[in-house]
Amino acid sequence: MMNLPLNGLVVLEFSQYLSGPSAGLRLADLGARVIKIERPKGGDAGRKLAIKDLWVDDNSLLFHTINRNKESFTADLKNKEDLAVIKKLIAKADVLIHNFRPEVMGKNGLDYATVQEINPRMVYAAISGYGTKGPWKDKPGQDLLVQSLAGLAFTTGNGTNGPVPFGISVADILCGAQLVQGILGALIRRQKTGTGALIEVSLMESLLDFQFELLTTYYATHQQPKRSKVANGQPLLSAPYGIYATADGFIALAMIDIHVLANAIHCDALKLFSKDQAFSARDEIKTVLAEHLIKQTTGTWLTDLQQEGLWAMEVFDWEMMTNHEAYLSLDMEQVIKVGRKEMITTRCPIRINGKKLVSGKPAPQLGEHNEQLHHDFIN
Amino acid sequence: MNLLQDIVVVDFSQFLSGPSAALRLADMGAQVIKVERPVTGDICRELYVSDVMIEGESTIFHAINRNKQSYAADLKNPDDLAKVKLLLAKADVMMHNFRPGVMERIGLDYETVKQINPGIVYAEVSGYGTEGPWKDLPGQDLLLQSASGLTWLSNNHDEDPTPMGVAVVDIIAGTHVAQGILAALYKKGISGEGALIQVSMFESILDFQFEVLTSYYNDGRQLPVRGAVNSAHAYIAAPYGIYKTNDSYIALAMTNIPAMAELLQCEPLKQFTDWNDWFSKRDQIKKVLADHLVTKSTGCWLGILEKADIWCAAVLDYDSLSKEEAYRVLNMEVTVKTSNGLSVTTSRCPLRVDGELLLSGKGAPLLGEHNIEIEQQFGLIKQLEGSN
Repeated sequence: MMNLPLNGLVVLEFSQYLSGPSAGLRLADLGARVIKIERPKGGDAGRKLAIKDLWVDDNSLLFHTINRNKESFTADLKNKEDLAVIKKLIAKADVLIHNFRPEVMGKNGLDYATVQEINPRMVYAAISGYGTKGPWKDKPGQDLLVQSLAGLAFTTGNGTNGPVPFGISVADILCGAQLVQGILGALIRRQKTGTGALIEVSLMESLLDFQFELLTTYYATHQQPKRSKVANGQPLLSAPYGIYATADGFIALAMIDIHVLANAIHCDALKLFSKDQAFSARDEIKTVLAEHLIKQTTGTWLTDLQQEGLWAMEVFDWEMMTNHEAYLSLDMEQVIKVGRKEMITTRCPIRINGKKLVSGKPAPQLGEHNEQLHHDFIN
Repeated sequence: MNLLQDIVVVDFSQFLSGPSAALRLADMGAQVIKVERPVTGDICRELYVSDVMIEGESTIFHAINRNKQSYAADLKNPDDLAKVKLLLAKADVMMHNFRPGVMERIGLDYETVKQINPGIVYAEVSGYGTEGPWKDLPGQDLLLQSASGLTWLSNNHDEDPTPMGVAVVDIIAGTHVAQGILAALYKKGISGEGALIQVSMFESILDFQFEVLTSYYNDGRQLPVRGAVNSAHAYIAAPYGIYKTNDSYIALAMTNIPAMAELLQCEPLKQFTDWNDWFSKRDQIKKVLADHLVTKSTGCWLGILEKADIWCAAVLDYDSLSKEEAYRVLNMEVTVKTSNGLSVTTSRCPLRVDGELLLSGKGAPLLGEHNIEIEQQFGLIKQLEGSN
């Protein structure tokens, strides 16, 4: 087994679905021992949440994707004996993660103050939807809803579309990523001070932080950023930034001087615009470009553009991508054995000392490690 | 005590991926020193967006680089390089996002820097990794979104591939490199040893898609199909999406269709009692719902649905969001000041530590603003003279 940076750390994950568990997964891949604390009946609700009706065993493929490389311990937090056992685990753990609504952990007697009394070294990390005060604090912390409230849906799609959400659970994932940073920062401080910390982050603040470039520009101008009507890539950026149809597919063009571009792709109509119109007349410029780029294949355009060192790329779908040498050379896929079955998933994206972090350990069955954990920490 | 008190980060990176990671380290209390080319500096200083400048400066440069110091050095000049090496000897972290081979040519590759400082955490962000046919391609956000299949996940089926309108690849890669750096610093606290941390934007944006990519790997490799009507997620059943109302929009997450039909008094929706249909007939269901929701206001529908604990929300733009009390209580806006008196309002770090917001009033540095201060703090001149 590889010597990983977080080896020896014990993380208790009182979390469901994606935000907290994605943080737990990253800590596990970096070497921590991550223990899911689950209700005896049913456990993490994510166990029964499937996409495309894909199941590995009693648990969905989605659950297996998010919770590989972890252990499971069942406890009914409303039962006094179980709670006493959990408190023994807390006494020996380093990190506690939860994504319950603000008051739930308090009701169970596992609020920060109580946990800190049991274990002053604990890094207590809490995820909420919208923070712990204000009129939205009890709103459901669900990804699409947070995207909608945070203004994010007005960044994507063309100006002619309605608001277009991101087709990935971006709030959950970013919030999990921020939480990991806070936890690790607190563990570094603990090495010097000997005391833990309370780390809090919300889905909403994570998505606002995510939009910091757009928001800073908005604060300066008080003008809602406008998506371009044609080939919108990012609302703040000038032509040609966006994706265009070609004779056989699609091509992406990033920041390129429009006159340099006009020469590279032999588009005289583009030369009629001056460079300082690249933002103010971007819809017109992009329309001209769209009419020109549709005439030839992606390959032809890419040859013209990439040999000039201009920022262009073919638009791939996963089939094209996964068959490409550039993807294959990364070894991004790893096989996980679950009982007699196998599933394929992605590995951790971080490399340490030139090594990829892979782990064949599957997601735990509900309560699978009760006995082991009793043995290791409680008895 | 700040989480990263006394940690020194020397950051050679430009644009967004590396600098966004360094910003988070600065927010957590590290001393972040941007090493920049004299005269021009980080290219981002000149990257103006939507014709917006704050007193001649790029808004986004100020957003990304607040709370940092700037040390101007020409790495091709031997004296400057020698000083940078002395600085690296005392640093905890070094980061860069140059293309593969550049730091080797300069002589600041990991092997060389490790000789100078065996305890250093050396972190690099590349576009596509250090091997493979794309290793020399530019690591640019939209191009990575396009290369990774991401653009086939958002928007409706009949729309062109649609990129996400925020630099998601840069930002996700930035979080990953920050995580790697922090984990390595934790380990260093125990073992004293440094580490090499590598992240590529390509692997980061694949990781971002881990839920849906895993589905693709295990479902016989069927490509995702975006819904035809109000699509919000290619893999999620109706009613998941954003709908037009008679005054704006409303977002609906996962919910029981007949129960919602009852609440909304939408007769044609009541026939969809079999939950299997909610995915397979999602376009049909969403069309019925869209036709119904457009007849009344967002407020009217929210009033009905929220009371019944149905997962729904208004869809806000920045104008409407910034007027919400729920936004204001977060105190997300901070005003930072540069040394020449420029005030910039930006957003703060999303983390709270021990109940406190992580706030810093320090604006982005002028190019080379901290050369003298840094040379004094780390004794760079004295040591150079001593060695001559």
